[in-house]
Amino acid sequence: MFWRMVRGTFFRQKGKMLMIAFTIALGSSLATAMLNVMFDVGDKVNQELKTYGANINVLPQGASLLDSLYGMAEGEGVSDKYLLEEDLGKIKTIFWAFNIVDFTPYLSLNARLGSPSEGVNGINGTTGINGMNSMEVKVCGAWFSHHLELPTGEALDTGMSRMKNWWELSGVWPADGPMDGDGSGDTGRNTGGNSAMVGSAVARRASVSTGDTIRVETSGAAMDFRVASVFNAGGAEDEQIYIPLPAAQTLAGKPGLVSRVEVSALTTPDNELSRRAAQDPKGLSQAEWETWYCTAYVSAICYQIDEVVSGAVSKPIRQVAASEGAILEKTQLLMLLITILSLAGSALGISNLVTAGVMERAAEIGLLKALGAHNLPVSLLVLTEILITGVLGGCIGYFAGLGFAQIIGHTVFGSAITIKPLVIPLVTVLVLLVTLAGSIPSIRFLLSLRPAEVLHGR
Amino acid sequence: MNLLELKDISKIYGNLKALSGINLTISQGEWVAIMGPSGSGKTTMMNIIGCMDRPTTGSVILDGAVISRENSRNLTTIRRDKIGLIFQQFHLIHYLTALENVMVAQYYHSMPDEKEALSALERVGLAGRAKHLPSQLSGGEQQRVCIARALINYPMLILADEPTGNLDETNEGIVLDIFRQLHREGSTLVVVTHDPEVAEEAQRTVILEHGRVARIARNIHEEVPV
Repeated sequence: MFWRMVRGTFFRQKGKMLMIAFTIALGSSLATAMLNVMFDVGDKVNQELKTYGANINVLPQGASLLDSLYGMAEGEGVSDKYLLEEDLGKIKTIFWAFNIVDFTPYLSLNARLGSPSEGVNGINGTTGINGMNSMEVKVCGAWFSHHLELPTGEALDTGMSRMKNWWELSGVWPADGPMDGDGSGDTGRNTGGNSAMVGSAVARRASVSTGDTIRVETSGAAMDFRVASVFNAGGAEDEQIYIPLPAAQTLAGKPGLVSRVEVSALTTPDNELSRRAAQDPKGLSQAEWETWYCTAYVSAICYQIDEVVSGAVSKPIRQVAASEGAILEKTQLLMLLITILSLAGSALGISNLVTAGVMERAAEIGLLKALGAHNLPVSLLVLTEILITGVLGGCIGYFAGLGFAQIIGHTVFGSAITIKPLVIPLVTVLVLLVTLAGSIPSIRFLLSLRPAEVLHGR
Repeated sequence: MNLLELKDISKIYGNLKALSGINLTISQGEWVAIMGPSGSGKTTMMNIIGCMDRPTTGSVILDGAVISRENSRNLTTIRRDKIGLIFQQFHLIHYLTALENVMVAQYYHSMPDEKEALSALERVGLAGRAKHLPSQLSGGEQQRVCIARALINYPMLILADEPTGNLDETNEGIVLDIFRQLHREGSTLVVVTHDPEVAEEAQRTVILEHGRVARIARNIHEEVPV
């Protein structure tokens, strides 16, 4: 009989029930979409932020960050320590290897800039490129788009073209191909495969433009480079010339060595544990250490890089890491607030609809009480109807929410949102809670209903 | 044997004295009509007899038990077990069939029994309309479904509020025939009515005026114990 009455309500009051189901579906779809986006937004925002550069700097032990900050090059008595280029592939073997998005090694050196028509001696004279004096410049060897065979057997393409993709280039990224010459200083040989990108400030001073050929000379070697592009980074990099790493190693006489590595990694926002660990990992308990090590905190990733790259000290670039964390937390908070507000809106909608429905059915409920129904069975009847409607609306809303999540993913992040199974029980519990919360006023009304009042108007 | 006793019953709603000093005894198997003009307290009296309301003062004794101070949960149980209610407006659940409307009363009393519900409909001449919704039934048929529902749990007291108030003459006759049959079978009937013809069918007519019993008329068509 109970189910006949429930069925009767559904089939003969379908308009009202559909309206309630629609309200619940709306709330649960928003909750599903927002929760899925919220759980996936960490990766998505991280991916977005990765396009703005590295968040970890790997330096040789003993080298100071001041070197790179103030432009003091290796070999000037400040830092003569280097990392081995052959170790770099190991960065992709750490516990959080999957979170290492890109990395690029650099080898900085001071050189003189001249034109190929002038000899090494000529550069030291008064005539320079396009009639200008030869000049001291900072030259940096790097990977531009380097194909790397990893120790794990996998392959990786990484380099500046991925990590500095917001730089404005008048031209193309240089190639990472092998050098044409041996770097001996023979002016006619190293122009084909050797290309360079010149910072806008240098290019302006030296009147260099894309397509020109420049000569870079150190005390031991000289090489010619075709200018693949002039770039504008909007920073100190505009004062530099970037050349392929092997060329820089040859010019510096440091084969197989790099002075630092920039790493772009997907990280989890810092918390109290990660801050303590960053200060002193050995001060953590075993359980805390395992939690920290197995979470993608920037400090944990730095620690793991130091484990595999010999003689390396990894430092998070604090501004980037902290900004990422802050943006991520704020984005997640926004999603959570939207979820809460949408559910609160649903609860209000359900409350109004269910209360209106119960008020419309006051005579029927009064009759059931007059026939001997106690409050509990009548409440159960109404709650069952609402919960079934809630489950139906919740299911429809869940699948609609998955669609909304994908729309958000493609519109905002340009990629699909990963469906999180955790959202299913969460949405189920939320829908039940919201439906029950929305039913409270109607149940209170129902409990206070006296059959004499509704059947006889007194 | 007295089935129902009202002793010095009064009911006050705010400043309104709906009933005042009502004393009435109804024997088992008796058919009593309650009449009176609008506002005389008929509905209030019916609500108190039907355990849907409590008197402000006085006591109600049903089947030997004082029920006037019971809480609403206990009153619901007493109403379910001992009273069958018939309404002027029928109060059928519009999305349930005639049969299901009868079974609702069984469900809240004990256990639904389709055969028994069908035989209750048969008793009021509606076995053939068991699967019809209230909207597919005439007013008289709806009232008979309401009567079948009131009878299904074998109540001690059948309480009818203007049972023929919404019926035409033919259906009024059918309903009164059913009441006569119930009375012959020993049911106790309390019928609130405006209609003197319906009241005449009862053994006694209690006439209310301004919340008081103005008089009790013994109808002459039957021998009535004093």
